Amino acid sequence: MAIVDDEVRQIAHLARIKIDDNEIPGYAEQLSKILDFVTQMNAVDTDGIEPLAHPLEVAAHNRADVVLERDMRESFQSNAPQIENSLYLVPKVIE
Amino acid sequence: MSSYPDTVAGIATALANGEFSSVEITRHYLAKIAEFDGLLNSYITICDDRALHDAKMADERRARGEAGPVTGVPYAHKDIFCTKGIRTSCASRMLDNFIAPYDATVSERLNDAGMVLLGKTNMDEFAMGSSNESSYYGPVLNPWKTSAVPGGSSGGSAAAVAARIAPCATATDTGGSIRQPAALCGVSGLKPTYGRVSRYGMIAFASSLDQGGPIATTAEDLALMMNVMATFDAKDSTSIDHPMADHTDSLTKSIKGLRCGVPKQFFNNSLDPDVAKTTRAAISELERLGAICSEIDIPSIELAIPAYYVISSAECSSNLSRYDGVRFGYRCENPIDLEDMYERSRSEGLGSETKRRILIGTYALSSGYYDAYYAKAQQIRRLIRDSFTTALESVDVIVGPTSPSVAFELGQKTDDPVSMYLSDIYTTAVNLAGLPAVSVPAGFVDGLPVGLQVIGNDFEESTLLQVAHQYQNVTDWHTRKPPLGG
Repeated sequence: MAIVDDEVRQIAHLARIKIDDNEIPGYAEQLSKILDFVTQMNAVDTDGIEPLAHPLEVAAHNRADVVLERDMRESFQSNAPQIENSLYLVPKVIE
Repeated sequence: MSSYPDTVAGIATALANGEFSSVEITRHYLAKIAEFDGLLNSYITICDDRALHDAKMADERRARGEAGPVTGVPYAHKDIFCTKGIRTSCASRMLDNFIAPYDATVSERLNDAGMVLLGKTNMDEFAMGSSNESSYYGPVLNPWKTSAVPGGSSGGSAAAVAARIAPCATATDTGGSIRQPAALCGVSGLKPTYGRVSRYGMIAFASSLDQGGPIATTAEDLALMMNVMATFDAKDSTSIDHPMADHTDSLTKSIKGLRCGVPKQFFNNSLDPDVAKTTRAAISELERLGAICSEIDIPSIELAIPAYYVISSAECSSNLSRYDGVRFGYRCENPIDLEDMYERSRSEGLGSETKRRILIGTYALSSGYYDAYYAKAQQIRRLIRDSFTTALESVDVIVGPTSPSVAFELGQKTDDPVSMYLSDIYTTAVNLAGLPAVSVPAGFVDGLPVGLQVIGNDFEESTLLQVAHQYQNVTDWHTRKPPLGG
């Protein structure tokens, strides 16, 4: 399964990762190799087999809807790249 | 004291007997880290002040008569577990400046037990790798041979324990990341049943596969660590509430009559012939201890690696979408707009292997490809799980090699992702099936350690530790120390 340069650009856009033009062919080659490798899966017939999501097939448990944490805004925001008046700042999105 | 014990059990006993204080043993380990880790690079952050503070608290707790079994024993913590107030980087530039605002459940339990945090260990970036070469903080060296890799992703934890600059360490295993580095560094490592150790505060890579566990020199130490680390946790929705015995209870029981299955698929062309010979010798040792070994068949297991790379990459692409440069983590300089900020922050903040896996996962989950890749891989996952379930109806444990070769050279596989992925040929199937497995030192090939892997049924950690302990009673591989270290 060969991935062409334009597909790498499309996937990178979906993943919101910038890839420089000179790196595209390298990624195309490596992704193609990995996909070739995983297509080994096609050797086995899996018709009618139910996909397995949780190895032990245990349903996720819910916990009671009670607050367990105090307000941690300050400590969370101490990790933020840019804040102002307790708000997270990002580049302007609306003109 | 001229020489200190270097096991968790030995240190715990000496502390209980008042032979030395926690402050004294902690200073001893911090001095060894200072002496050896400049070269080894097994720690990302060394927590001198915090360690001495915790050690003093542990000594005071003991003086009050409130010490538990491992109070005052130092440990190293994989830098994937959130530690409140301490940088938690996951070995990524993305989190180089991230100070965790809270403790992972595992961190909290180790604290509550009175264990002393020496530092945070190096690893592959976001736990993606089998050689520890994808770390933003540089590779860890193998203390047995400094031109070789320690394995990964928990390479720092395994190397630190092997070099005796930590008596034990935490680690995580998504496709072999506890067992493979333990094997390559000549130490013991346990990957528990999926759901046994809480994932709360453990930075996610592939949520349906990730599982925390311990690395130490002996099976007994793994048992002591498991008693602290394992618990049901309401904060982790995939944590499993299942009864748990004291993991040390079964250690001294004989394995006479234990049925061991040896999968013929594990002794395939991928396995180095000398590693095969060493593994066979270890299996013979189990037979001398009274185990009944027979060849078994685990069909579909050869499809584990392709299925694993689809599932883990898909879950990785989803989990790592949180790194967007908005609320925490790396943000690029002077973004021109929001899109540019997302794309450049992720491009500059993440390493090449991580980006490769996000791209593969994004592709596998994208419209039109989901059934061919992700759904197909999950169907194969069921076949693999069923194969193990069937095999474990006729045997108690499954034994074989942990890794197809001994430690390989640094740089040998970095340009060829597929060859790197094949390092995990005997470990990934176990994660897909959710089963527990242990790796213990079982000999040497060309002066480098070989690991024996023992796989058990769901929640049978105690049986695995029993086999490992009985094996270590009659062998001394786990006591051998590498040239680099103290």
